[in-house]
Parts: sequence; structure tokens; C-alpha cells
Amino acid sequence: MQPSLFPTPLSQGGQTFTVSKLTFHLRKLLEEDEILQDVWVQGEISNLSRPASGHIYFTLKDANASLKCVMWKTSAARLNLPLRDGMAVEVHGKIGVYEPQGQYQLYADQIRAVGEGALYQEFMRLKAMLEAEGLFDADRKKNIPELPRKIGIVTSATGAALRDMLNTLRRRLPLVEVLLAPSPVQGTEAPPALVKAINMLDDQQLDVIIIARGGGSIEDLWAFNDERVVRTVADAMTPIICGVGHETDFTLCDFAADLRAPTPTAAAELATQITILDLQAEVQTYKARLASSTFNLIAEQKALLSALAAQLRYLSPTRLIQSERQRVDELTRRAFMSIAYRVNLQKNHLEGIQKRLEALSPLAVLARGYAVVTRKDDGGVVSRVAQAKPGQQIRVRVVDGQFDAEVSE
Amino acid sequence: MSKASTKKTEKNVEDLSYEEALAELDQVVSALESEQSQLEDAIRLFERGQALAARCGVLLEAAELKVKQVVGDEVSAFEAESE
Repeated sequence: MQPSLFPTPLSQGGQTFTVSKLTFHLRKLLEEDEILQDVWVQGEISNLSRPASGHIYFTLKDANASLKCVMWKTSAARLNLPLRDGMAVEVHGKIGVYEPQGQYQLYADQIRAVGEGALYQEFMRLKAMLEAEGLFDADRKKNIPELPRKIGIVTSATGAALRDMLNTLRRRLPLVEVLLAPSPVQGTEAPPALVKAINMLDDQQLDVIIIARGGGSIEDLWAFNDERVVRTVADAMTPIICGVGHETDFTLCDFAADLRAPTPTAAAELATQITILDLQAEVQTYKARLASSTFNLIAEQKALLSALAAQLRYLSPTRLIQSERQRVDELTRRAFMSIAYRVNLQKNHLEGIQKRLEALSPLAVLARGYAVVTRKDDGGVVSRVAQAKPGQQIRVRVVDGQFDAEVSE
Repeated sequence: MSKASTKKTEKNVEDLSYEEALAELDQVVSALESEQSQLEDAIRLFERGQALAARCGVLLEAAELKVKQVVGDEVSAFEAESE
């Protein structure tokens, strides 16, 4: 046999890749697989490493296989489960390839304790069932009163949640009366105890009931997903606020309650929408309205009074007297005028008579040179010769006087 | 709301709860604002209103959260643990 210059090809038509290209090809295959990009993997943690970078490296393994895992620090920061080697967990993430080492690995974004998955499934099943029954319907929700007088609280008598809520209520609305129905809030005895406590408070004519519990793991909060508890919450006559766990925790009681609060403190706040400050402001407003309405009324009365006073002055007899006095003055003036006129008239008349009298006066005849002769002894007028005897004393009257004479012949 | 009827139900303000005092204060103010009250009545209402407002203020100042607990059929005082 002649030795061949070239090795015989193992297969015909096969492509030749560089390592990089092949690795890239593998990576593409894995990353295009939908299952591998959104997967929960169950196993036990080993080789846990948390370097200063903040990323977490570990291997997930079971009896027969192992899987390298990495959790970047952004996801690691959200992790609320303390990890340790040997711990059984379920890790969520996507499969990728670390090319420098030709290593496929799980890029993890969530880790939960084993069993949580089963609980979550149960949670979803129960939620779907109760939802289908209409237990969470919006039209079942009762209004939370703005200003409650009596608030019921169902929670652990010893927890921080109760203290937080009482402090919040004391600060916001100390007028409130709180009726506490203490109940265990976790463990197998919790659900029946919660049911009993809620029913007890529901009979107490309260304005609102708060069901609360501080934060914890999903198992810790599980009593609030118990079907009996959820149904009791949904069926209660009293409006219920549910404040269980933290901001991100949702329980079925949250859906069944009339209002969901992110925390117990928030539940106490939502139960007291009107605070003592609002009430104080309201009283102030009433005081102001009271004062202004009364002052308005008094001002109205004052205005009325002054109008009446003016009217009274107008109608007063003083004014009448003044007007009468004026009339008297007027009449007096007219009387004077009329008298003066009459007097004048008389004066003129008198003058006329005087003139006529003067015209008839014998003195006027004397002025023309005639004289009147009278006897001196008896005063008789001598108008004929026979009436005068010689030697008789006579008096001759001329226009400007008289003189005596003696008849001679 | 005749004069006689308010007179009859008029309680000593010291005996009124906050809600009662506030409700009556509301009535008094509304009456003052809407009715053509006689001045004498108005002044009486005003004084009553002032007393009611003062009562509300005192109750708000002095209010203390009352906490009781029910266990079984028992309602008893609740002693909050000290912090």
C-alpha cells in the first residue's frame, strides 16, 4: 500500500471551524432555544463563591450532573435568600456559553428555596379558582370610611406590626377606638385562628378591620393564602384593609380584601384618611363661619336700624313744626305786604281829598284880592251894606292875615 | 328646625362626643348662615356654636387612642408592650 500524502478524511463534506466560530455557533444554538432562555433548575448549591465584584458564582448539582451558575451583582442585590453550600434551591435564568473556557452555564436572575415553586403553583391555582368564583370582583369591594370611630385589628399581639399600627393611629387619629383580636399569623394554627378573629371583629359593629402581618418569606405569609382565611375576608360585612408583608408581597387576602395596603403601617394610614389635623382645620373653618355669619347678621341689623332711624327722623314732628313755622313766616310777610298796600292806598286817597278841599277853600278867593269882613262884636259876616253902620268896629280878613277897621260912612 | 326643637335637644356641651358636637356645630353654622334669625336667637346660636367649637378643640387636643382586645367573648383593656 502506498502511503498517502494526506490523511484520509474521516467524513466527506464536513466544514472546518475555528474554535471561536464553533463556540459562537454553539452559543447561538443555545440562545435560540426558548426553553433554555427561561428555565427553573432545581439542585443543590456547591462551590459557592462571592468575590468582591458582587457577582455570585456557584455550581448547581444533583446526583448525576452539575451546572455552572453565575448571578450578576444586579440580580444578586435583589436576592433575599441567604445562600450556602448544600442548600437545595431552584434557580431561574438562561443558559449561555462562556466562550474563553468553552463552558455552558446558567446566568441566574432569581433563586428560591425548594418548595416555593410548589407553593407558588398552589397560590396560582387557588387564585384562579377564587377569582373565577368572583371573590375578588371589584363590585364586591366595600368603601373604606374616611373617618372611622372604631377600628378592628387582627394581628399578632406581640409583633412589631401591631406597635407600628398603633403608633400610626395614635399619631393620625387618636379619637379612634381600637379593638384588637390577637391571632397567630403563621403556622398551622394561624388560619383557623385568623378566621375566628376576623369573624369576631365582624360582629362588633366596627367601621373597618385591618388584617396585618410584618414581612417574611412566602411560607411565613402562607396563612394569608389559606382558602378559609381568604373566604372569610371576602365574606366579611365590615370593610377590610389587608396589610400583610412588604411592598412586593401579594397574598390572596390582598385580593379578597376591600383595600390592599403595602405594609401594616400603610394599612393604618389608609384606615385614617382624615387625620386629626384635618379635623382641627375643619373646626377652625366652622369657627370662622360662625363668627362671620354672626357678624354679618349684626351688620345687617345695624344697617336696618340706621335705615329705620333715618325714616324716624324724616317722620319726626320737629320737621312738621319747622314747616309750620315757615308757613307762619310766609303768612306774616304777606300780611305786612297787604297792610302796606292798603295804607298807601288810603294815603293817596287822602291826598286827593286834601287837594279838592284846598281848591274849595275861601282863602283861595282871598288870594285873588277879595276880603272877608266880620263884625268885631258878634263876629257876624258883613256881606251887605245894610249890615254895617258908621263907627262900627269891623275885622277885615285878607289872604295872609287880618286887620281891624272902623266903618266911616 | 324650630327654636323649640333645638332647645329641647340642647345638651350640655361637656356631655357631647366629638361627632355630636361637630354635627351640632354644623347645624348651628348652617342655621346662622341660612335663616333669617332673630338677633337674640342668632346671638344665642353664636354662643352655642362657640362652645361647641371649643368642645371639639378640647376633644381633639385630649384625644387618646383607646385600645381594647377581644379574646373569645371577652373584651378587655389591652396593655401595649412598652418599647
